[in-house]
Amino acid sequence: MKQRLISALKGIIAGDSLLTTTEQMRPYECDGLSAYRELPMAIALPKSIDQVKAILKTCCDLDIPVVARGAGTGLSAGALPLSNGLLLSLARFNQILEVDPVNRTARVQPGVRNLAISEAVACHNLYYAPDPSSQIACSIGGNVAENSGGVHCLKYGLTVHNIQQLTFLTMQGEEITVGGSGLDGPGYDLLAVMTGSEGLLGIIMDITVKLLPKPDVAEVILAGFDDVALAGSAVGLIIGAGIIPAGLEMMDNTAIRAAEAFAHAGYPTDAAAILLCELDGSREDVAAQTARVCELLNTNGATSLQRATDPAQRQRLWAGRKAAFPAVGRLAPDYYCMDGTIPRRHLPQVLSKIDELSKEYGLAVANVFHAGDGNLHPLILYDANKPGELEQTEAFGAQILETCIAVGGTITGEHGVGIEKINQMCSQFRAAELTQFHAVKHAFDPTGLLNPGKAVPTLHRCAELGGMHVHNGELPFPELDRF
Amino acid sequence: MSTDIELSEQVTLAHTQAQPLRIVGGNSKSFLGNATDGDSLDVRTHTGIISYEPSELVITAKAGTPLREIEAALHEHSQWLAFEPPHFGADATLGGTIAAGLSGPARPWSGSARDFVLGVRCINGKGEILKFGGQVMKNVAGYDVSRLMVGAMGTLGVLLDISLKVLPTVEQSLTLQFELAENDLSAWLRQWSSTALPLTAACHHQDTLRLRLSGTPSSLDAAHALLGADARVSDDQFWNDLREHRLSFFESEKPLWRVSLQGGAQPLPLHGDCLYDWGGAQRWLLSDERATVVRAAVEACGGHATLFRQADLDAPVFHPLPTGLRDLQRRVKQAFDPAGILNPRRFSPDW
Ligand SMILES: Cc1cc2nc3c(=O)[nH]c(=O)nc-3n(C[C@H](O)[C@H](O)[C@H](O)COP(=O)(O)OP(=O)(O)OC[C@H]3O[C@@H](n4cnc5c(N)ncnc54)[C@H](O)[C@@H]3O)c2cc1C
Repeated sequence: MKQRLISALKGIIAGDSLLTTTEQMRPYECDGLSAYRELPMAIALPKSIDQVKAILKTCCDLDIPVVARGAGTGLSAGALPLSNGLLLSLARFNQILEVDPVNRTARVQPGVRNLAISEAVACHNLYYAPDPSSQIACSIGGNVAENSGGVHCLKYGLTVHNIQQLTFLTMQGEEITVGGSGLDGPGYDLLAVMTGSEGLLGIIMDITVKLLPKPDVAEVILAGFDDVALAGSAVGLIIGAGIIPAGLEMMDNTAIRAAEAFAHAGYPTDAAAILLCELDGSREDVAAQTARVCELLNTNGATSLQRATDPAQRQRLWAGRKAAFPAVGRLAPDYYCMDGTIPRRHLPQVLSKIDELSKEYGLAVANVFHAGDGNLHPLILYDANKPGELEQTEAFGAQILETCIAVGGTITGEHGVGIEKINQMCSQFRAAELTQFHAVKHAFDPTGLLNPGKAVPTLHRCAELGGMHVHNGELPFPELDRF
Repeated sequence: MSTDIELSEQVTLAHTQAQPLRIVGGNSKSFLGNATDGDSLDVRTHTGIISYEPSELVITAKAGTPLREIEAALHEHSQWLAFEPPHFGADATLGGTIAAGLSGPARPWSGSARDFVLGVRCINGKGEILKFGGQVMKNVAGYDVSRLMVGAMGTLGVLLDISLKVLPTVEQSLTLQFELAENDLSAWLRQWSSTALPLTAACHHQDTLRLRLSGTPSSLDAAHALLGADARVSDDQFWNDLREHRLSFFESEKPLWRVSLQGGAQPLPLHGDCLYDWGGAQRWLLSDERATVVRAAVEACGGHATLFRQADLDAPVFHPLPTGLRDLQRRVKQAFDPAGILNPRRFSPDW
């Protein structure tokens, strides 16, 4: 089959657009979650949409699954190749096709880097708001496929709130455009369904993103606390006071010390937690809100306070937060990043549960959160070379996710399900919902060849997890809820 | 028996008998969409706020809850539905608001109905009760079915409970008025497009441009000084009337079109009276032109047109789709409602 695929592809793409040897393919064996690795049958790096269409048709005819890949920074093994499949890299679609400053939009190809958009439109005093920490590397196509967020999503929304139109290809190579040139499109909101679809519903080829004018001023406040719970409740107080900061981030002591050693951002290394609060808007609004936030922080247990107004100072304070993952990465040979989201009021409870589990498993944790919207990123520190430690880490992570579900949260706020959290999907959803997801998938991709096995588990898999015996796909006592 | 189980049993029965259902809320938006028939499925008994956490910025309520009840609860905590949903009648329900997916004047700056939906519980066309999304701001587990339900006019599922993100109310608003010819509108937009202004509404009609600004009093003064203006009004009456279609513009016997297209686009080459809302991205057009003519002109600008109030015009209410997209949408409909019993034809003449 591999030979048939390769010879068919040679008729479409050639030279460095087709990788087939182990050596060539090795760099693509995993995404940002390197615990999962696999080599595909071949890797295609097409340059034109006609090539992509022809490749998809070929795979359709040969019944070969296709995994799309942007920049490969995903953290849930969504772009993990399949051993019996083709890896389709969109990296060469890296052109910004059109910038429309009047309508504040840009039309871009999927392989354009997130940050490159803001850089290209800066001359119009505009920017693209969603800013994942991986923004220097990750692609906008990957952002759409994951519905990525960033530190400024509290005020400006996720990817789904900041895109207007998409063109994607079906497995049959048909081009479909969803959304509109205005603020909405005709028919069902398939733009919303495509966003966060993890490469299972179509190959995204063209994206119109919304741009925003840069705010007049921005100010960052850094507050230290000697108690994590106090920092957590300060978040509720700020939002309860009617202020929606542009960003509101929290880090615990382990994360603070790691980030400080790495980025020298001037963080108080003795604090149990810090809050980073960015306020932006008109000069007058920011002045009023900053005063109010400082007052709230001071009267609610902040032990230190720093303010940064000029861009360089602000950048320094953010540098620590944005480098938190690599910084924590220096504390141990490996780290495992979780992505649960919870209603904010349960923060203290969930944090102490994580602490408890950390002791139980004997594995340290550094906590970094998008505190404003309750999105937690506990980073579990481990050593993959120690036998059994990866398995222990995964078991620990799974328990954190179960804790998030138990308090009414979700297993993933922005990193996606991929392969990584596929088992926890069986806890978050019941059989009827999973069946509905499969029906949606079938409506978009009747062949089932787009990124199969990711994002939505089969009922069979869930049943096996529950230790049930499944015969011919039938569940015992199908009338009972068990998922 | 709880109302959701009752409703799901009715849908299950209808599914097995292939009996079409007409989902009924407060009937405030019954004018919108193609005519549908079927046994009525009344969701008004499924009512009440389930939870409201002001500090979490989230409210969850049953679909039959009157919209005004929700707005009153939010108002007590100085919060609101920032997409400013039109009511179109005193009996508007939350479910109808989300199913119709309409948003008011603030939409280009604060987001649309679908932007604020965090999760839903619904009944699909097989009578199964399903839960998607949740009460948290960020959630990417599974496909985003909650947002898919917004604007689907009940054809993909009967909404039971809806969780919405809410926001603090704005501190103060003011309206600036300018004299500006229709042909000069796009030049005006170009001039200000890259400036961060505290805009929350922008409307143009009959040579008058009105802007609503919201923020602290001093930021409003600063924006007023920057923009200048021919007049300054402090009350919100105009915007409420625009949202609810109570302006005299809407008192017409002519078909009313809702046109969605790029804000900066030029005036459409169509006869009739045009009111620009959403900074031009939503236009209300009163016109006697044939439906095909209106739609061709709008499509040429990359937009789409909804026949919002028919006045007996014989044309599909929602913009016809290109073949590939139409077939995909039909398959999506079938994925949720295989027997085609939920509000048949209300959304698309084909199903
Ligand atoms: C250090 C670090 C920090 C991070 N910080 C954040 C953060 O702050 N917020 C956040 O949300 N994420 C974050 N991430 C995760 C990751 O960067 C995002 O998920 C990003 O959107 C992935 O983009 P990518 O181009 O690398 O996609 P890939 O990893 O290549 O692919 C991701 C998924 O999208 C699919 N896909 C890619 N392109 C397409 C396409 N054109 N059409 C269809 N499907 C496609 C793939 O099949 C896969 O399922 C971080 C990752 C790292 C390593």
